[in-house]
Amino acid sequence: MSRRALFLPSALSAGLAFLYVPIVSMIVYSFNASRLVTVWGGFSTKWYHELASDRQMLEAAWLSLRIALVTATGAVVLGTLAALALARFGRFRSRTLLSGMVTAPLVMPEVITGLSLLLLFVAAAGVPFMPSSRGFATIVIAHVTLTLSYVTIVVQSRLATMDESLEEAALDLGARPVKVFMAITLPLIAPAVASGWLLAFTLSLDDLVIASFAAGPSTNTLPMMIFSKVRLGVTPEINALATIMVAIVTVFVAVAGVLMSRQERARQRDIHLAAAAKG
Amino acid sequence: MSELRDGGRDRAGRPGWLAALSHAGPSLWLAGMLRRCGVSGRGAVIVPPIVWLLLFFLVPFVIVLKISFAETQLAVPPYTPLVEWTDGRHLQIHLHASSYLYLLDDPLYVQAFLSSLLVAAVSTVLCLLIGYPMAYAIARADRSWRNTLLLLIVLPFWTSFLLRVYAWIGLLRNNGLINQVLLSLGIIHEPLVMLQTNFAMYVGIVYSYLPFMILPLYANLEKHDPALLEAAIDLGCTPVRAFRQITLPLSLPGVIAGSMLVFIPAVGEFVIPRLLGGTDSLMIGRVLWDEFFSNRDWPVASSVAIVLLLVLVVPMMILQRYLERDAAPGETGAAAARAAPPSEAAS
Repeated sequence: MSRRALFLPSALSAGLAFLYVPIVSMIVYSFNASRLVTVWGGFSTKWYHELASDRQMLEAAWLSLRIALVTATGAVVLGTLAALALARFGRFRSRTLLSGMVTAPLVMPEVITGLSLLLLFVAAAGVPFMPSSRGFATIVIAHVTLTLSYVTIVVQSRLATMDESLEEAALDLGARPVKVFMAITLPLIAPAVASGWLLAFTLSLDDLVIASFAAGPSTNTLPMMIFSKVRLGVTPEINALATIMVAIVTVFVAVAGVLMSRQERARQRDIHLAAAAKG
Repeated sequence: MSELRDGGRDRAGRPGWLAALSHAGPSLWLAGMLRRCGVSGRGAVIVPPIVWLLLFFLVPFVIVLKISFAETQLAVPPYTPLVEWTDGRHLQIHLHASSYLYLLDDPLYVQAFLSSLLVAAVSTVLCLLIGYPMAYAIARADRSWRNTLLLLIVLPFWTSFLLRVYAWIGLLRNNGLINQVLLSLGIIHEPLVMLQTNFAMYVGIVYSYLPFMILPLYANLEKHDPALLEAAIDLGCTPVRAFRQITLPLSLPGVIAGSMLVFIPAVGEFVIPRLLGGTDSLMIGRVLWDEFFSNRDWPVASSVAIVLLLVLVVPMMILQRYLERDAAPGETGAAAARAAPPSEAAS
């Protein structure tokens, strides 16, 4: 192997190491009996016990989970609609406005989004249909606004690579647009919708800055709890929490990966069978 | 509606609208109602996301703009009203430029803006230098490996950003893992001070935003036709020159999209400078946070946000243009082919 042929794989491995060393170190330290990072005090699960008995932390985690569930569901509905409009409706009048408003929250610094939403909530406190006090509802609204862009991008790119002729054929055969969407489009984009939901869920679960602005003084989400603990120094309890989160994400991604590859194989088999039947 | 006779009543004597309801079913009735209100099927798809984003994304900026022209006062809410009725007859509009003048007056703010732009720019270049070879390696890897490698790039993104930044505290501290390893190898004799320095801040930003650089670059590099490079090398081009003249120019859209995805949010970053950077690290996101939460100066925080937004409008429009071009199906492939037709690459 020449020197050049070695450059790319080693750059890739070094980059991956850079991405994974911090995560692995957290997992290892979460089992360290000693509070000090410098000493390996033997294997122990005591930080997990401490975490499980931390009522404040558990309450914050439960609140964050509920916020993330509602957020992801709302973002998937609005994001899929926006993706449909952008991918299928050609050039409509408000297209530039919509696509601009979808892209901007992706990169908008969180402090700006957070501040502007808080000022809106304060200004709209007396307006009907708007939350009258800050807490669960305002955080959900803020998170849906942030995450629907991610859902739109994911679903839109799936729609762009999808064969439109299936939808056109169904429309030609007299199916109503809603029926076409339910029977043909939705099953085909389901993997993208599912990953959009998961993305919105994790982003909501993870957000500190926007939630800090949108939350009232008595609301504490999990990231807000973590942030206030971390500011005071390294706590092994947080390592345990991180390990649990990494484990859940890994399981989710592995299951989703297996399901999707199985579905893809079934689809390929159907195509082969159809081709064989025709020939 | 031909079956409706006798003043809008059908044979059973039901009013016409009810008959229409029972004949056609509620969904058709609803569709008809919506159409009468000017909402078509397409409208029902377009309107909800647009209304949501107008209300919760665009309108808030108008409010920020409004408050940036107010003055602080000790009240709830803590700023002066812009529009006031005096004697119930006179409408008074108070526009205060004081918070903007304050930003110009205090060198702290100008410095914070400049250093944020510098930190974001340097981080973007670092992400590009690390991310480009990685994206290229994945795009050139065996097809069966690509998805696994991509998954490895994306997976950290799925785990908590806050916790990943926190992990670096454990690595960079004076008695952290990196110092431990370097000390025990005898490379250094005194622990290096890394935490709460600009170095730590750069590490944190590059680490957090690297996937945003790699993914658009990969999406671009993966589409390149290897025949172009083969042709160039067959004709005696050195690999380095082939890369410089073919791959690099073709990958420019990916480079720009990735750079904007890193640069724009990095300018306003708060969490990383707060946790890893020094107490003297002047990042504008941190300044805005402190103005709002510590000083409770809403007008100044709002004017910082407005100025930051104005600074970022141009990079955002560049990004928007590249994303729009990428989203149009089949367009990028055609554009790439147009940019370098095989005959031109061979000559």
